[in-house]
Amino acid sequence: MSEFMLETKNLGISFGGLKAVQDVNLKIKKNELYGLVGPNGAGKTTLFNMLTGVYQPTTGTFFLDGQELKGMSQEKINHKGIARTFQNIRLFNNMSVIRNVLVALHNQPEFKYSPFDGMLHTPKYFDVEIRMRDKAKELLDVFGLLDERNNLACNLSYGTQRKLEIARALATNPKLLLLDEPAAGMNPNETAELMEIIKKIRDDFDLTVLLIEHDMKFVSGLCDEVTVLNFGTTLAQGETKEALNNPEVIKAYIGG
Amino acid sequence: MSTIMDGLSLGAIYALIALGYTMVYGIAKMLNFAHGDIIMVGAYAILTTLELTGNPYIAIAVSIVICTVSGIVIERLAYKPLRGASPLAVLITAIGVSFLLQAIAQLIYGSKSQSISLPDFGKVVIGKYAINVSTIITLVVGGLIMAGLTLFVKKTNTGRAMQAVSEDRGAALLMGVNVNRIIMITFAIGSALAAFASLFYLMQIPSITPTLGSMPGIKAFTAAVIGGIGSIPGAMLGGVLLGLIEKICLSIPAISPYTTAIEFSLLIIILLVKPIGLLGKQIREKV
Repeated sequence: MSEFMLETKNLGISFGGLKAVQDVNLKIKKNELYGLVGPNGAGKTTLFNMLTGVYQPTTGTFFLDGQELKGMSQEKINHKGIARTFQNIRLFNNMSVIRNVLVALHNQPEFKYSPFDGMLHTPKYFDVEIRMRDKAKELLDVFGLLDERNNLACNLSYGTQRKLEIARALATNPKLLLLDEPAAGMNPNETAELMEIIKKIRDDFDLTVLLIEHDMKFVSGLCDEVTVLNFGTTLAQGETKEALNNPEVIKAYIGG
Repeated sequence: MSTIMDGLSLGAIYALIALGYTMVYGIAKMLNFAHGDIIMVGAYAILTTLELTGNPYIAIAVSIVICTVSGIVIERLAYKPLRGASPLAVLITAIGVSFLLQAIAQLIYGSKSQSISLPDFGKVVIGKYAINVSTIITLVVGGLIMAGLTLFVKKTNTGRAMQAVSEDRGAALLMGVNVNRIIMITFAIGSALAAFASLFYLMQIPSITPTLGSMPGIKAFTAAVIGGIGSIPGAMLGGVLLGLIEKICLSIPAISPYTTAIEFSLLIIILLVKPIGLLGKQIREKV
């Protein structure tokens, strides 16, 4: 156990000569709702990609609950407890809603069975499958998606797809949830509802949440602390109101 | 009637091979042109084990194991290092692997055709038609395997993970799916199916050469494309369709010399009319 759920030390990455992200030091406490903001191209999603193993950082390292995860493969990092959603929704479109969640559940030790059990449909197979379905339904219910469970993911509305992505990420049983612009494309009602859901899952699932968002009302209404990135470097960091009112931050956003 | 039965059983053979093509394409996003040669590997495995033990059932089991293992080994050694490389590089490698397998077989067994004697099950008479028992076995076993595979993909963890990898490999990785393991399982299943196909093929044409796999391989690939590559039911449908057409054409003396031409013309026509194949998924670009 560590004091911080996520800690990054001088984390950075360059593509050729371009330093996309440099020297990011995050310290996110357990159960915190933490915001990552900044203008377009600031390196927010790149940072997410490093934390999930899509990119390998060129400098620095990061720790989840005290354990160093740098250099691990994407699925390994997921097993260690980091799950994410995507800025451009990436659901398994031609699969049903519940199947999207079932895929994400299948790595939990409690839901493992051998391909042999699967082929022969042994009692163990049925037992696990039933428990898995119950778990998936439970997750969908949190997001009000239970009635949609047999629809194809691609037929859901945009806001609903975003919710399903969060449900799917939760199914991998993460300690840390990374949300990449969860409120993008949502109307004000949906956004308000989403804020409640994020708070609820933080409590119910004992989560720490790191989220990227452009909607400042959303960020200030939800996040305890934020980090502001600009051109890959940290512009401001700390308590949400304070950091967002920093003159440097306002300048970066509005220009001038 | 017997033509239809023959066609269906040939179709089952094509379908089993086509499944290997289509699953690997759907999940690993590559055309494994060495897949046809796995049939040849299976055939020689049956031949050698039969000579050593004299027991056809052991020979079948050994052939399935050898095909599965060679499928996995080929994937590990030849294709896995190329993950993320350009599709063309992978395609050329697959063709290289195909030639390599044929050359190895030629070194070991020579290029002359060898005949194999599998037990003859004789014929049964249904009504006024005499039908080879081997045809019926092919149909029944082939059908059972395909039903089992469909169930496996639809209903199990591994099957769901396979579908997820085929939909979006990157997202599947980030949801904790072990993509390398899934691709390995796909090659293993495809190669095991090829072993069955090779057995059924030998029951119809009991002679073996190092290039035995080429023609059924290409025909099955055609079947997979006709059905819609990447689609499992499509491969089954395409295989059965192609088998039926081949046998029907062969049974009509006037057009039998043109059978192969007709089959491949069908491919061209279908690609012109419906480029995604009969059951292929329409890929829509969202604006």
